[in-house]
Amino acid sequence: MQLVLEQLLNGLQLSLTLFLLAAGLTLVFGIMGVINLAHGSLYMIGAYAGAWAAAKTGTFWLALPAGLAAAALVGAAMELLVVRRLYAREHLSQVLATFGLILFFNGFIAWSAGRSPLLMETPPQLSGFVEILPGLPYPAYRLAMMGVGVAVALGLWYMISRTRIGMLIRAGSDKREMVEALGVDIAKLFTLVFALGALLAGLAGVMVGPIRSVQVGMGEQVLITTFVVIVVGGIGSIRGAFAGALLIGMCDTLGRAFVPMLLKSWLSGPLADGLGGALSSVIIYLVMALVLIVRPRGLFPVSG
Amino acid sequence: MKLTRTGVFTIVVALAFLAVPYAATLLGSNYVITLATRVAIYAIVAVSLDMLVGRSNLVSFGHAAYFGLGGYAVAISAFHLANDVPIFGWAGTNEALIAWPLAMFVAGFGALIIGALSLRTAGVYFIMITLAFAQMLFFLFVALKYYGGDDGLSLSTRNLFAGNRITDARTFYWICLAALAICLLLSWRILNSRFGMVLRGAAASERRMAALGFPVYRYRLAAFVIAGMMAGLAGALWANQNRFVSPDMLSWVRSGEFLVMVIMGGLSSLVGPVVGAAAFLLIESYLSGWTEHWQMVFGPFVLLVAVFAPRGLWGALRGKGDV
Repeated sequence: MQLVLEQLLNGLQLSLTLFLLAAGLTLVFGIMGVINLAHGSLYMIGAYAGAWAAAKTGTFWLALPAGLAAAALVGAAMELLVVRRLYAREHLSQVLATFGLILFFNGFIAWSAGRSPLLMETPPQLSGFVEILPGLPYPAYRLAMMGVGVAVALGLWYMISRTRIGMLIRAGSDKREMVEALGVDIAKLFTLVFALGALLAGLAGVMVGPIRSVQVGMGEQVLITTFVVIVVGGIGSIRGAFAGALLIGMCDTLGRAFVPMLLKSWLSGPLADGLGGALSSVIIYLVMALVLIVRPRGLFPVSG
Repeated sequence: MKLTRTGVFTIVVALAFLAVPYAATLLGSNYVITLATRVAIYAIVAVSLDMLVGRSNLVSFGHAAYFGLGGYAVAISAFHLANDVPIFGWAGTNEALIAWPLAMFVAGFGALIIGALSLRTAGVYFIMITLAFAQMLFFLFVALKYYGGDDGLSLSTRNLFAGNRITDARTFYWICLAALAICLLLSWRILNSRFGMVLRGAAASERRMAALGFPVYRYRLAAFVIAGMMAGLAGALWANQNRFVSPDMLSWVRSGEFLVMVIMGGLSSLVGPVVGAAAFLLIESYLSGWTEHWQMVFGPFVLLVAVFAPRGLWGALRGKGDV
């Protein structure tokens, strides 16, 4: 029972990290119609900038703003220099151009920081355990990550449904020409949204630093999982991104924890080991296939 | 018959391929043949991918999956034969005339299942879903420790071709070139057939073709399977050339590279993908000989092609309006 609870919490924590990435990706696609493969690179840049700042200053509390700033600045530069030229283009050009960006960023990081993974310390204030239920200690840092994830989700919801900028984002994703005709500087809005998405990706990257290794290629792994999340949720929908992140994060964590165990209870020997490992690593793709069979446009389809 | 610019360039490309073994003799180096063999193999993949991306406007970002399935089909058949362990009561094989069609069948079957699911969607969904399914197969082969997992699987020797050894670089080159020629011929026949017309029509307007009574989904699925089988053949050849397969064959980076080849060469032209594959491999081998961090240079190059030359090298060579 304790194991189940602990895995549920791990699943929730992964879900919220995935949501940080999925929200940015789905916003950028929903409002600008751009598929940005280099979103994972922004996550990597956040993590590297954070790890670098932590190593220089020795404190996580400076790593956090460093990672956020690096990701947001690179994101804004990316929009101004590259992505801006891709709005009117077909998806194929967008895929190719942002694929080129990934190659560049991976090469750049490998060249400047080396290929060996960097390690980041958990901040001392959060390095302990919290007993959330009698006899169930859980790392304080992971709890804090979940707190941040929930806060961001609420903040995004508030921004999009209650503020002027959110209204413009909603209107822009619906009828771009109309918003432009009403005198809104759509170019500035796009840069802002892109930088916001980059900021969220950078946040995910810095926060993940202390619990996973920071290395070249970390962005792509998580990017493809993020794709699964937004495909399941419905591309362009923040609500869909949240639902998809929960579903995929839970399925992945619980699948990895329990599928090999369950298989072992009625199969035996190396076959169960091999099959369990293989099955648990593909479970999220099977979930995606299932969702697509039932709802080809995701759980929360966006019209248009 | 009036010779168009396209015709002239096509002949030049064909002559270049035919001249490779003689050039190698002149230079006294087999490296030229090895490189040209790789070009021929990648060109098969690029031609097959162009059938989807160029002709049918179906941007598959998971084409490496079928390439890898073909490679693994060959390697696993040889693995069971070499280790004397039957698989489902079958001893395995080292004969190309059995293993290569098997590779095509396995890749085609994979394409059938993935295509059947992915083609229910369109546009950006299709891109992400083909990518995700390819990644699923990637992780599957990483998890299959029995077949080497992450480390991949070596073949002790190349396949026999109708009982003959094909270890000689020239012999193997001619086989790969013949395979490429057959694929190009097939692609050209499809382009001008009713089947190809429906695919191109559906790329322009799916609704119109559906209104004309064509089952667009089935046509697209057929194209997806044919393209998958061609990529599977290329994977089988690749496994033979390197006598090695690994999950890296199915990685998403490779899928991206295949797309780069097709677009760099020029979409929906017969020879464009071949030119693209050649250009890609030449640039890669030049840059990687120059610096370990060659991707730092290659990435921006890809970006520039995507932004400024979406018609590719072939498109620039052949001029406007010429098909």
